[in-house]
Amino acid sequence: MGLDVGWAVRWLTLSAQAMAEHRVELIELDRPIGDSDHGENMDRGFKAVMDKLAEAPPETPGAALKLTAMTLMSKVGGAAGPLYGTAFLRAATALGSTSDIDAATLATALQAARDGIVARGKAESGDKTMVDAWTPAIEAAAATAGDGDVRKVLLAAAEAAEAGAVSTDPMLARKGRASYLGERSIGHRDPGAVSSALILRAAAGAAE
Amino acid sequence: MKKLINDPKAVVDESVEGFGLAHADLVTVFPDPKYIVRKDAPVAGKVGLVSGGGSGHEPLHGGYVGMGMLDAAVPGAVFTSPTPDQILPATLAVNSGAGVVHIVKNYTGDVLNFETAAELAQAEGVEIRTVLVNDDVAVQDSLYTAGRRGVGGTVLVEKIAGAAAERGDNLDAVAAIGDRVNQNVRSMGVALSACTVPHAGVPSFDLEENEIEIGIGIHGEPGRQKIPMENADGITDRLLDPVVSDLGLGAGDKVLLFVNGMGGTPASELYIVYRRAAQRLAEQGVTVARSLVGNYITSLEMQGCSITILRLDDEMTSLWDAPVHTPALRWGV
Repeated sequence: MGLDVGWAVRWLTLSAQAMAEHRVELIELDRPIGDSDHGENMDRGFKAVMDKLAEAPPETPGAALKLTAMTLMSKVGGAAGPLYGTAFLRAATALGSTSDIDAATLATALQAARDGIVARGKAESGDKTMVDAWTPAIEAAAATAGDGDVRKVLLAAAEAAEAGAVSTDPMLARKGRASYLGERSIGHRDPGAVSSALILRAAAGAAE
Repeated sequence: MKKLINDPKAVVDESVEGFGLAHADLVTVFPDPKYIVRKDAPVAGKVGLVSGGGSGHEPLHGGYVGMGMLDAAVPGAVFTSPTPDQILPATLAVNSGAGVVHIVKNYTGDVLNFETAAELAQAEGVEIRTVLVNDDVAVQDSLYTAGRRGVGGTVLVEKIAGAAAERGDNLDAVAAIGDRVNQNVRSMGVALSACTVPHAGVPSFDLEENEIEIGIGIHGEPGRQKIPMENADGITDRLLDPVVSDLGLGAGDKVLLFVNGMGGTPASELYIVYRRAAQRLAEQGVTVARSLVGNYITSLEMQGCSITILRLDDEMTSLWDAPVHTPALRWGV
């Protein structure tokens, strides 16, 4: 059995809950290496997504993700808005009008999301950005997709993203506002990688 | 904080609303999502020009919407990039079918939001070209690493590319002349005092009474160095020399000299700076063929100025001279 629009809405709902729960943690992570607004912006963005989903319930997973993309772009602002907006938009495009997502399509959509973030932000692995959560996640997704179990794919992606976020601690930031700090960015966890891991964990939770 | 405002959160809304009322003959203001469009847009057959960025730099960009310059401007919150849901409808509103050029100052937020909007517009069948402005020579040794910032040169790119679009150049030609202006323009600024973002309520950075910041960005980002206050000629030389050397100017070059106020400096002082800069350029055999002096790209109420020099060729000169009719720049009409 694949993933339907109900899963997409649960995913976004769990993401919104995670942003609200981790709002202060994300702000604290952003304070030393950014401008202390990541938790606030993500919380505001996903609350707006919840409002939009209630206003016009989507009929396909792709439609739910496109609505999420447009809302995050307009409500999150800064760099995170266009980055997450592009990720959700590319994933929505990869899903097209399908109403039942199988494991291979899921892995493809996650890859499209990651590629969108890379295309927009021009960051590479090791730059201490959300890419360091997304790249291991899509690799883990691709490695498990062959079994045909969407839950297994999502779980593998979530675990890899969480490990990827932790791996940013010793990195020297080379992109985004943290790059202005040079050596002083070492020892801090990247807030964008953490919020990415939360979103991918929510995707797995929504499939249980 | 003493400011002529009602509510710190309503500053941009109320200011843009007033702008629309004051210049209703030239522009139409859309309140939500917020953007400003030339009254007669889209102009049939003409390439559209859209720029935008954080508010607080007025008259940039809304003040340059009109005949011979921008077709639309997209204001963000104070010192914060506008978002794609504003940039996209502004782009669609000015597309006559000839395509649209986005003029973007090189700041991470502006670049990402305009790129995203460009992708969305292209998905709707609009051809987009982007001209990135990065003329701030101060960034060389700055703390910031996202590359040179777009500052005073932006006004000149908007005027000259706008004139090219108005005379009927096609999409690639308008983008090419915009890029050519950017390649030939350099700027550097100084702050004598900080500015206060209304919703923050406290000055954006600290300067002692007798201290100035050389190489300041238009949001108060740090520049090359903090030094003790000097006289106008000394400060002018500190701004002018890096601009001249970065452009590689020499005897026989013709330039446009632009002395810009940051918002809190009187015109009389800007002319003292202009005097010194013009004298120094003349000594080096550089001809100042065109000039601009005044508050054209500001940082709220910051005291200070920037010097921008554009190396001119005949085509850029004639496009600079071409008629323009906007709220903040008007000649030849």
